[in-house]
Amino acid sequence: MKPTDVRNPDYFHKVVDCQWACPAHTPVPEYIRLIAAGRYTDAYMINWHSNVFPGILGRTCDRPCEPACRRGRVEHEPVAICRLKRVAADNKEDIAARLPPIPKEKNGKRIACIGAGPASLTVARDLAPLGYEIHVFDDQAKPGGFIRTQIPRFRLPEEIIDEECGYITGRGGVVLHMNRRVGSLKAVLAEGYDAVFVGTGAPRGRELEVPGRKEAAANIHIGIDWLASVSFGHVHTIGRRVIVLGGGNTAMDCCRSARRLGGEDVKVVVRSGFEEMKASPWEKEDAMREGIPILNWLVPKEVLHDDGRLTGIVFEKVRAEYDAKGRRSLVPTGEPDVAMECDDILVAIGQENAFPWIERDIGLEFDRWGLPKLDPATLQSTIPNVFFGGDAAFGPKNIIWAVAHGHEAAVSIDLFCRGEDVRNRPPPEVRMGSTKMGIHEWSYDNDVSLDLRYKVPHRDLSQSLRDITAEVELGYDRELAYKEAQRCLNCDVQTVFTASLCIECDACVDICPVDCINFTENGEEEELRQRLKAPAINPEQALYVADGLKTGRVMVKDEDVCLHCGMCAERCPTGAWDMQKFFLETAKPKARQPACAL
Amino acid sequence: MSYLPKPKLHHPTLPKNALGYTRRDYEGAISTLCAGCGHDSISAAIIQACWELSIEPHRVAKLSGIGCSSKTPDYFLGASHGFNSVHGRMPSVLTGANLANRDLIYLGISGDGDSASIGLGQFAHIMRRGVNMTYIVENNGVYGLTKGQFSATSDKGSKAKRGAVNTDEAIDLVGLAMQLGATFVARSFSGDKAQLVPLIKAALLHEGAAFIDCISPCVAFNNHEGSTKSYDFVREHNEAVNRLDVILGRQPITAEYAPGSVTEVTQHDGSVLRLRKLAPDYDPTDRVAAMNYLQERKAAGEIVTGLLYVDPDPTDLHANMGTVAVPLNRLGDAELCPGSAALARINAALR
Repeated sequence: MKPTDVRNPDYFHKVVDCQWACPAHTPVPEYIRLIAAGRYTDAYMINWHSNVFPGILGRTCDRPCEPACRRGRVEHEPVAICRLKRVAADNKEDIAARLPPIPKEKNGKRIACIGAGPASLTVARDLAPLGYEIHVFDDQAKPGGFIRTQIPRFRLPEEIIDEECGYITGRGGVVLHMNRRVGSLKAVLAEGYDAVFVGTGAPRGRELEVPGRKEAAANIHIGIDWLASVSFGHVHTIGRRVIVLGGGNTAMDCCRSARRLGGEDVKVVVRSGFEEMKASPWEKEDAMREGIPILNWLVPKEVLHDDGRLTGIVFEKVRAEYDAKGRRSLVPTGEPDVAMECDDILVAIGQENAFPWIERDIGLEFDRWGLPKLDPATLQSTIPNVFFGGDAAFGPKNIIWAVAHGHEAAVSIDLFCRGEDVRNRPPPEVRMGSTKMGIHEWSYDNDVSLDLRYKVPHRDLSQSLRDITAEVELGYDRELAYKEAQRCLNCDVQTVFTASLCIECDACVDICPVDCINFTENGEEEELRQRLKAPAINPEQALYVADGLKTGRVMVKDEDVCLHCGMCAERCPTGAWDMQKFFLETAKPKARQPACAL
Repeated sequence: MSYLPKPKLHHPTLPKNALGYTRRDYEGAISTLCAGCGHDSISAAIIQACWELSIEPHRVAKLSGIGCSSKTPDYFLGASHGFNSVHGRMPSVLTGANLANRDLIYLGISGDGDSASIGLGQFAHIMRRGVNMTYIVENNGVYGLTKGQFSATSDKGSKAKRGAVNTDEAIDLVGLAMQLGATFVARSFSGDKAQLVPLIKAALLHEGAAFIDCISPCVAFNNHEGSTKSYDFVREHNEAVNRLDVILGRQPITAEYAPGSVTEVTQHDGSVLRLRKLAPDYDPTDRVAAMNYLQERKAAGEIVTGLLYVDPDPTDLHANMGTVAVPLNRLGDAELCPGSAALARINAALR
């Protein structure tokens, strides 16, 4: 194998599995260490810079970081990264003074953001401090988009939304045009904005198309619309027997909301199997904890009604079959259909994009799925000054993806407004430095905790089910947060090897608790992986290869389950191993320093 | 050294031996030796060898004297019996323990100071008595604990860290052990575990006095230019006579060897030592030829390593003394003190 180029920021970035997996690339271990140190405000600001909505995401994020977490490969469960983020938000002090100032003097550029969800607000947050004048349009009364309308209050209190939207919209530079539905992109473009950002989400709930749907319409509700009505207080009750169709997180929010509004017998019915459901495992757990059964492999066939009143629904039993290409189809098992009685049905079987307000003759092209044609890196549409982000760009995803799009779109818009090539992306900001303080002392806590994942305390179930606004999760207290934070392996503190200093004494090989260091003959990667001290069986994880040793061998380190405990560096007599902290922040639009006048 | 214990977490695929233990179960406390010490590699090799042999840790007694090397039994086999004896006196304590309980596996750990200086007499006598044990000298050729004086195994003409030249002749422990009747003699290098681990396994299985002289560089005081026990010097001058595979039970031969390139020695316990020859015509069962060869190569400036001598059919102290098969410490009063009639018979036999 070729020696590893550790100067490429991607190499060490990838070792920080959580950060690499996060769409916004939040420096997770850094803020977890700050939480352990009791520096909640600092931890919050690291998050705020990177993911904009720490308090919201600390309760609702899809947490792609957690399945990626190295801890999950070393013992049973990953670090509770998401809930630690909430700890930072819950315990922080006033951050007003730490927010970037909004210049009084504007740069003369006006940007329109359509929709006031997380993607648009991220664009606004990134650009307002540079002197841009941002106009945000939304048909709702308050900003937040789906964060405000879709997520039930028992998961996300409204004051958190108000607070974190307020850091963006309440400090100048951003003009809100609320209660204003944009009916025409052509009209917006005609108003002469320098750039337009479309962050209108995927606002249409997919319809149930089975016989009886129309006749029983009074008691069949589209999930996302129903959740919004609940959120605004338009709906206070639901029938005693409720069936929720769908296996995503919206279905989970629907069934748990129904349970709180009078639904005593609430069931979730899903076409696919339990494992294949789109809902996050913890959301399924939360639903089941509230006494809601999840029934799988049932496809809706017919809605039963009597005199215009919903009486039940019939399902066909199916199983999965896979063709040669691995594509799944659901085929009937031939067993008798299953009929269930119910008073209300909530349909949460997916969301769709809808752009009825975008004229089809203004040069904005759509693909055959009805999504705008975009450059995936720049998010630029076929109209050069129109950019997309969030669910509106590539279909329904989640909040953290919307934020990541927002950052990229902001970079594009800034480049575009400066007349530069939007494809010329600025590199991330990377810092690396040794954490060595003494012979066996490091500026991070390298004592690996053996604790198992701590459970987040929950409100008493009977109390939770009585009040739809009572937050179920109470969050870690400071003591629990400290213990959970200590489970983090500090994967950003990198093992950096200098071959010219190595005397090949094997001290690092002998001490490594997870057998990841080897000194051996070089070979092809596949063959090399097999003959290491512990076979490197996870091809997703890189081998760190260094040559230039006196014996002509190579140092090969399998990054897979490295504990980042620093033992190799402590036992190294020559300092060939060093523990260096790697900090990466993705590029954000920045005020340029004026060129030096000669 | 490290203050923190080695984290308990281990590689998820770490294999288990026949007893269900992982290699990590054979570890001891974390080492307090200097970073990079060769002794730590030897500890790791002992751990590996005992794990591979599926030795029950409670069946091992590890004994040592005084010195850096003699600290190391704390760093391996944490669940075994340990005895840290007086300087240079490990051999007599080991002999006594072996006499009292012949059922344990005895592992003597010593250094060049402990065995070649203060304990040279003890070293000589344990070898000539043929005590069933594995005796490892972690040989760094320097007094590390007292900051770098020459030891009795420092080669004549080698340089100390501050430049002084050694004028005294070195004691060759391998030569002594062979001369004094050790039935398994090997030399190895802490920086070559592929060689060292099989040697330790074979020595542990050997039913007689097994001696391994293991060169183990002292990174703090004897790893400089002019030293003959540094990592670089040993790597440059290391001439292995053979490569050893220890074969237990009926393992099929998986590799093919050219005719005449392999010697097999079946030990008393049935284990087979398969030696891949690196030096042509080297016969490790011929003691006189081996001693000649060693002298000759030493004069040529080489450090000869490998399994240098093995007697496939050794006798040990218990055989020589005709002791009973049951360990003495398990005999009851009746057996140990059979009464005046038995005494009278013995006396009569001596008249």
